Formats: sequence, structure tokens, C-alpha cells
Amino acid sequence: MIATLGLAALWLAAALAMLQLVGGALALRANGNPLVAALRPVAMIQGMLASLAMLCLIVLFCQTDLSVALVATNSHSAKPLLYKFAGSWGNHEGSMLLWVAVMAAAGGVVAWVERRLPERTILATLGAQAFVSLGFYAFLLFASNPFTRLDPAAPEGQGLNPLLQDPGLAFHPPTLYIGYVGLSVAFSFAVGALLTREVSPTFARAMRPWVLGAWIFLTLGILFGSYWAYYELGWGGWWFWDPVENASLMPWLAATALLHSVSVLAARNALRAWTVMLGVVAFSMSMVGTFLVRSGILVSVHAFAVDPTRGQFILALLAINIGAALAVFGLRAASVTEGERFALTSREGALVFNNVMLTGALGIVLIGTLYPLIAETVGARVSVGPPYFNPATAIFVLPMLVVMAFGPLLRWRRDSMKRISPLLLVPATLALCGLAFGIWRGIGVLPLLGLALACGLVVASVMPLWGRKLRTVKLPLWGMVTAHLGVALALGGMASDSAFTKEKLVAARPGETIVVGPWSLQFAKVQPIAGPNWTAIEATLEAGYDGGKPITLKPQARAFWSPPQGTNESALATRWNGQLYAVLGEQAEDGRWQLRLWWKPFITLIWLGGMLVALGGLLALFGRVASDLRRLIAVDKIAYRRRRQGP
Amino acid sequence: MNQPIKAKHQRLVLVLVALAALIGAGLLAAWALRSQASFFYLPAEMAAQPPEVGRAVRLGGMVELGSIQREADGVTIRFVITDGKARVPVRFTGIVPDLFKENSGAVAEGKRGPDGVFVADNLLAKHDEKYVPREMKDMTAGQARQAVEETK
Repeated sequence: MIATLGLAALWLAAALAMLQLVGGALALRANGNPLVAALRPVAMIQGMLASLAMLCLIVLFCQTDLSVALVATNSHSAKPLLYKFAGSWGNHEGSMLLWVAVMAAAGGVVAWVERRLPERTILATLGAQAFVSLGFYAFLLFASNPFTRLDPAAPEGQGLNPLLQDPGLAFHPPTLYIGYVGLSVAFSFAVGALLTREVSPTFARAMRPWVLGAWIFLTLGILFGSYWAYYELGWGGWWFWDPVENASLMPWLAATALLHSVSVLAARNALRAWTVMLGVVAFSMSMVGTFLVRSGILVSVHAFAVDPTRGQFILALLAINIGAALAVFGLRAASVTEGERFALTSREGALVFNNVMLTGALGIVLIGTLYPLIAETVGARVSVGPPYFNPATAIFVLPMLVVMAFGPLLRWRRDSMKRISPLLLVPATLALCGLAFGIWRGIGVLPLLGLALACGLVVASVMPLWGRKLRTVKLPLWGMVTAHLGVALALGGMASDSAFTKEKLVAARPGETIVVGPWSLQFAKVQPIAGPNWTAIEATLEAGYDGGKPITLKPQARAFWSPPQGTNESALATRWNGQLYAVLGEQAEDGRWQLRLWWKPFITLIWLGGMLVALGGLLALFGRVASDLRRLIAVDKIAYRRRRQGP
Repeated sequence: MNQPIKAKHQRLVLVLVALAALIGAGLLAAWALRSQASFFYLPAEMAAQPPEVGRAVRLGGMVELGSIQREADGVTIRFVITDGKARVPVRFTGIVPDLFKENSGAVAEGKRGPDGVFVADNLLAKHDEKYVPREMKDMTAGQARQAVEETK
């Protein structure tokens, strides 16, 4: 019953998307067509129907309706409710439905609230949105229907991959997807503006909240994902340059560039064609990411729910969407007139540098990620890892961060380094101190540069507040300062982790004491325990920092019984200055247990800094949306008064 | 360069800067990939054309039945990866993945030592019961069964 309702809602939504596409195309030609007038309600209803379909799937999973094939292959009645709920998007079909639902809902919101741009531009934007959605509807309905029934119903579900049975699953995929799909709105805005030749600061202001929103979700999604992989895989690492990770990083890099160029367009009416181009690139990267993750075409440690046969479908969608967008861009780019001019030493100049460097880093990550595919066509099987990605991206990212230190201090249009150089004295001194400290400790080149930059940036990032009355500082500026400070902290965390981590791998008997860095661990005991759908061996470690009061750590080696599989559950002890990380391995024949321990000074700064980056985005978003709302209300009031006074 | 540049020129300059950066990124990537991409070897390939000592590569195949041995330190294991045609001894120090077992597929990341033993920094086994490392897929059907037959 619910499955039928979900399927019907999905078909109806697809039909409405078709209508929306036709209406959007008509809006480019003539006004006054009744279909054109109905476009906004159509987009809103389409959004509701697609969300209803997703809701139906969630209900099916929560009830464990085993007459639905997807539930039977991916769920189990004995699974905790949270994982039944989150399991609805922990598989291929469900995740694609989530993608479509978020996309349609976003289109509905645009139709509902966006009134600043010329009506034709909005309608063209909605048409573009429908064009992209239709491909995904077709994909869902013809190639990966989440509501396919089983007759007779399965007696019991096959369960969910134990590595996915973690609270991370409830947050990570939806946040990332909302980010991916939020960029589709930026993409549609870019296409709509190109089609109607309306690339203007108003367009940038309309697009900016969507870029900001998508970027915040992408940031959070990457953060969750990285922390989840960090404690779940039990490898002690937080970023592996795995294709699936790169798939989320590439849209983020493009969105970060877009976020900065859209600000230039909104404030200064410059970088017009470039911003539109980035809008296209950012969503293209989302699609490349989805393709890489969903097709399983590349070897990944996070490869779940992959189905190579479906990769071709996404590849076709990717080619059609990007091809169409680039064709529109090629035809119309010449008609996008030149923006305002600026000097090399100016806020715009710094932001151009940021954009170019981010694009360069994006190119490095893209080439490195796709290289194994390219190599395979000539018969070589290769994998590309940190030895390539770390130095190659650093060549672009580190200079960008240097400019980030002083760029926000520059004035728009034209400025001189002489004016701001006194402000840079303190950051530069700190950076030199960091450099000296790093050299004294003898750390590697990349961590050394990272550490020095992080020291300087911590102060430089808050310098834009220098000499201002803090009460009068507007939210977007607070947002920028917070986000840049977050980048500095995260960079410091990364440098500290790679430079100062202490690691120990031992085989020990209960009763022994293990020392790692400043920690002294008393290996107390090993005992079996049981959970709802697993049993485990649990070690108890009493960890004392520098002779202080001991903290109890309980790493586990878990065995799940549906599907039968084991996982290593790491145990973490967090202090203000870092994390102790413990993993329990297997038992050797002589009765000793394998233990792997890491002391990672200041690693938590990576996620703390990342959270600050997202918070900065949120502050900026609030600031922008609040002032937009105030303006909207003021305009409405004037219109209302005029109506009351009568003609 | 403190005067705003003429509009026409400015656009040209920006386009050139962007192009230069992208081409630079491409060249840098091509150069770095030549030296840093790690190649995947099957045991037969490694026997025929061994990679230079110390270069990071990946070795994939079946873990030979009865080959896993533990060293006295309790955390180092030695085993043999085979594809039915050649055998490569491997040493690994660390916690082995849950699904790493004899007669099952595995990929070892690491370097070939001067003594011919492959020193693995990392082991990748099947991630779950349904998932097989893609590089293993080609062999699991034919070669793997053959490998198992021959090692019995």
C-alpha cells in the first residue's frame, strides 16, 4: 500500500517535472501562456510529491516491509530503529531517491520564495532544474526502482553492512546529498541567467544563499564522513585520498571557489562569465562524484551499495547535463558583457587568486582520481594515493592560504600592500615562530609549512575585525572571520597530526603496561560482551596521561551475525590537546592480544576547525537571508500601502 | 600595476591567468603521476618484471592455504600471495583486516624489499561479504578457483 503510494508519487512528480521543463522552455519564447503562469505551483507540487515518495520509503524501512525488494535486501527486522530509518538511504536506490527528493524540494523552494530576479529568468531556472531532475527520475523509474515488490515477501531481510551500522549513517549521506543537490540549484540559476542574458549582481545575490547553503552542507558532510572513517575503519587516519572521499572534495573545492566569486559579482559586478562557469563546474563535480561513488568504477575503501551496470546511466546523464550546460555557455558567454575593472592589488585580485588556486587544486584532485581509469584503457592498473595528492595539492593550496592571510584586509577595486603591511607584522612573526619550532623539532616539509602558516593565519584571520566597533560588525563579516579562523585551526590540526603522532603496535597480555607518548596504559582485561545484533571481545585499558587520573578505554572486536562479518570498534580518549586512539586486534596463538595505539596531538582541531568553517558559512547565510527578508518585507509594505491608497 | 587595467585587456589577462594555472596543474599532475602512481601487480607479473626495490606498488592475489605464519613479536605475519602461476612472500606488521584469511583474496600495499619479500604497509581484504576489491574481480571467477585447486 505504502509502496504503491510512493511509486505513484514518484511517477506523478516525474510527469510534473516534464511539464515544468516544457513550461520553462515556453517561457523563453512567449509570455501569457497558461502553462507558464502555472510553473511555480507545478514546481512546488513536484517538490512535495518527490518528498512524499522518500517519506514512503522511510516508512517502509521503519516497518521492515519485506514485500519490498529493497527492504528485504538491505534491512533486517532485528536491526535497531535508527539503522532501519537511516538504512533507507544506505543503499543505491534509496540514495538516488533521496537525491531526487532533495533536488525537487529545492526547486520547489526556489519557486516559492525567489522574487527578485526577472520572472523569465526564474522560469528558465525552474526549467533547467526540471531538465536535470528528469534524467534522475528516468534513472529511478526505469533502472533502479526503490519500490519494486517481492512476491512472495521475503521471510527475513539480509541486513545492513555492519560498517554502516553507526550513527554516522544517519547524518553523513543526507548532509552530503543536500550539499550536492544544493549545487544543482546554483547550476540551474547559472543556466537560467545565461539563457535570459541576466548575469547581474541581482542574479549573484539570488544564487548566493543556495551556494552558501550547499557549501555548508558539503562541509558538514565531509567532516562527518572523515570523522566516521577515522573511528570506524580503525586505521587511525582521517583522510585517505580515496576516490569516494575525493568525490566529495571536488564539489567542495568548486563550491568554495564559486562562493568567493559570487561575492565579487554581488558586490562589485565583476567576474561575471567566470561565476557562471563555476556554477556549471560545481554541479558537474557533484555529478562526477555521484558517478564515481555509485558506479563503483574505482577501487575504494568506502565502496558500499555499488552497481557497475548503473554507472553507465549516470555517466550518460552526466554527459547530457554537462554537455548541454557547456553548449549554452559557449553560445551565450560572448553576450555576457565585461564586468567592472579592478587593480591587481585589490580585494578582487586576491579573490581571483583564490579562485585560480582552488581551480588548480580541483584539477589536481580530478586528474589524480580519474588517472586509474585512464591508465586502465591502456591496460595498466594503478592506484594513486597520498604521495601524489599531498604535495601536488599543497602547491596550490599553500600559496592560496598565504593570500588568504591578507586578502580580506585589502579594499575593493584598488589598494596597496604598503597600507596593510603594518597589520601583517604580528601574523608574520607568529608564522616565523611556528617555522622555527617546526625546524627545531625536525618535522617534514609539508607539516612544517602547514604549521607555520597555521600559526600566522590564526591571527591574520581575525585581523579584518581590527579597528572596528565589534557591535557594528555585520554577520557576513563575522562569518568570513570565523570560517577563515576555522581553516587556520584545521590546518594546524593536520600539520600536528602528521608531524607529532606517536604510534605503537604491540602484542600484550592482560596486566601489562604499554607506553605511548605521554600516555601510560594498563591493559586490565579482555572479556566477551553482546549487543543487539552482534557479539564482541572487549578489552579494558586504563589510560593515564602523564601520571594523571586514568581514563577507561574499551576497544572492541565485534562479530555481527546478519550479515556475518566483523568490525574493529576503536576507542578514543579526547583531551584538550589531542586524542588517544586504541584498536584491539586478534589473539595470537600464545594468548597475547594485538593492540594498536596512537597518540595524536591536536588532531581534534581538524574537525573543530571544520565545524568553525561551517559555522562561518551559517553566520554569513543568516546575515544575507535576514537582510534579504528585511528588504522583501519593506517592498511588500510599500506595495500594500499603494494598494490601500488606491489608484 | 596599480592602475585598473583597460576592460578588454583585463578579461584577456584573467583568462590567460586561469588557463596558465590549469595547464600548470595538468602538467604538474602528469609529472607527479608518472613518479607517484602505484602500480598493481599480480604475482606472475611481479615475478616476470619485478618493480624496483622501494617503489610503492600494490600486489593482489589469493592468500595461499597454510602460508600464514606469525612471528614472535605477535604483530608481524608472513604469508604468500599467489595467482596460481607465481608465489610472492609477504610480510605485514599490523592488525589484519577482519576478512583477511587463507584461500581468500587480498591486496597488499607496500614495497618490494631487497630480499624479494614484499613488505606491506597496508592490507585490503574483502570489505564485506558482497564486496570484492575490483582488482580481484577478474580473478575470483577463473584464476582464483584455479589457484585454490593448485594449492590444495
